[in-house]
Amino acid sequence: MSTATHKLLKGATGDWEMVIGMEIHAQVISNSKLFSGASTTFGGEPNSHVSLVDAAMPGMLPVINEECVRQAVRTGLGLNAKINLRSVFDRKNYFYPDSPQGYQISQYKSPVVGEGEVLIELDGGRSVTIGIERLHLEQDAGKLLHDQSPSMSFVDLNRCGVALMEIVSKPDIRDAEQAKAYVTKLRSILRYLGTCDGDMEKGSLRADVNVSVRRPGGPLGTRCEIKNMNSINFIGQAIEYEARRQIEILEDGGAIEQETRLYDPNKGETRSMRSKEEAHDYRYFPDPDLLPLEFSQEFVDDLKAKLPELPDKKKMRFVADFGLSAYDASVLVAERESAVFYETVLDKLANRARDAKMAANWVINELFGRLNKEGRDITGSPVNAEQLAAIIDLIGEGTISGKIAKDLFEIVWQEGGDPRALVESRGMKQVTDLSAIEKVVDDIIAANPDKAAQVKDKPQSLGWFVGQVMKASGGKANPQSVNDLLKSKLGV
Amino acid sequence: MSVDATTVRRIAHLARIAVSEDEVPHLQGELNAMLAFVEQLSEVNVEGVEPMTSVTPMQMKKRQDVVTDGGIADDIVANAPATEGHFFQVPKVVE
Repeated sequence: MSTATHKLLKGATGDWEMVIGMEIHAQVISNSKLFSGASTTFGGEPNSHVSLVDAAMPGMLPVINEECVRQAVRTGLGLNAKINLRSVFDRKNYFYPDSPQGYQISQYKSPVVGEGEVLIELDGGRSVTIGIERLHLEQDAGKLLHDQSPSMSFVDLNRCGVALMEIVSKPDIRDAEQAKAYVTKLRSILRYLGTCDGDMEKGSLRADVNVSVRRPGGPLGTRCEIKNMNSINFIGQAIEYEARRQIEILEDGGAIEQETRLYDPNKGETRSMRSKEEAHDYRYFPDPDLLPLEFSQEFVDDLKAKLPELPDKKKMRFVADFGLSAYDASVLVAERESAVFYETVLDKLANRARDAKMAANWVINELFGRLNKEGRDITGSPVNAEQLAAIIDLIGEGTISGKIAKDLFEIVWQEGGDPRALVESRGMKQVTDLSAIEKVVDDIIAANPDKAAQVKDKPQSLGWFVGQVMKASGGKANPQSVNDLLKSKLGV
Repeated sequence: MSVDATTVRRIAHLARIAVSEDEVPHLQGELNAMLAFVEQLSEVNVEGVEPMTSVTPMQMKKRQDVVTDGGIADDIVANAPATEGHFFQVPKVVE
């Protein structure tokens, strides 16, 4: 990896390089839990989405949800990863009130998905491939509430047993920008696949970030793990802070202690989670309640055949088929909903080959611009894909100018309605009738004899006349016709 | 393989089982006896033998993705020593 793709940190004694690896916990989209028939719906009355299996009542046995297996395999395929036809569930033993079993059912030595990779895009068109180490299925834990009583913690097991995919990256990430791009891209892929909703606020996607520093290209340093990050921006801030903290310790001649830390977004710093770090001792062993998870290559091939088009491929297609710039294409494919919207506009266009690029500009500049201004997302857009396609058709066929189109867009945004009918009823059509424009041109030349005389010496002042004619026509004159007429009348 | 007194105390702690100091030697002896018993298995040569997970050839049973359970919060917390509004209550645990 060349140094151009990532940032080094300047220390008092020279440059330092960050080495970052991530474990992302992504909640699987399914109706029921990984090993029980209770609902996965977020929220709900306390302990109402809990079966006797989730509560670990004696004698209850786990039975795996086949859809969760499919979702894990789909995700593996989306990460170009090796799918293991045989994997094993293990017990990860720990004692805490969020897990009534006293262990989490997880996968340790034999995960369902092996090595893969994710391509991330950075500013300025740079891109880096981040390796995926593995993906495994495991149970989510319950939720603890500490603020309900001074002496007791409250336990709600609704989330307990919901399927999680733990996606472990290789330590290939080299700075905060890459880390943010990695989470963003992974989230986008999961949402395209429909395997995780990626809602970080609700905790559907959480990241543990391992950070260490070293001399560029040198031997690896000791790492610290920042737990439970649920915001992409905080991940960036936490990494910057943590790397600085480690550099300071090392430059003062100290040593990094391997530990788990938490990021406090209010203070902008990480702090140690346990004063006396107890070495993880999970005493993993194969869960005797579960046989190995086995499926056939046909099962995998079938899922692969039905996989939706993913962002990288879609981007390449937008560039190749519609001549979009790589940048515009990445903006459109970043969120699944945006890509769907753009493709719906394309479907509705009268002349897709002619107007696909203009449609991209309109979606990105006018629509996204306006949505951002009002803090809305694409699913809440007042202008739908059909209406936007109609506006673009009207520009493409020359019925309205680009300037009028912006006014029309505003009317549709505010009031709704069929753009073509609005253009008729409000007289917004572009005037291409030469005699009508000629009249306006003549009037303006007659009213400004001085300026008309100057044009021969200063051809650039022709623009002033074009502006005046456009203004007088209420923006409806065809700018090309106006330009041609003025040139012939003023003799330039 | 055998365990020392420190390991016995550690295992007890990880499992949150209160073991008094005078119980340790006894438990240590019991655990070591079990380990020695199991260790006899290592006499068997299993070179190239796949681990057996089931006596009969079986596939793991799978469940369809439908909600068939839940809505029994009363039953879930019925045996808990302390509850409030269908929450379990446990002595405060804060990291």
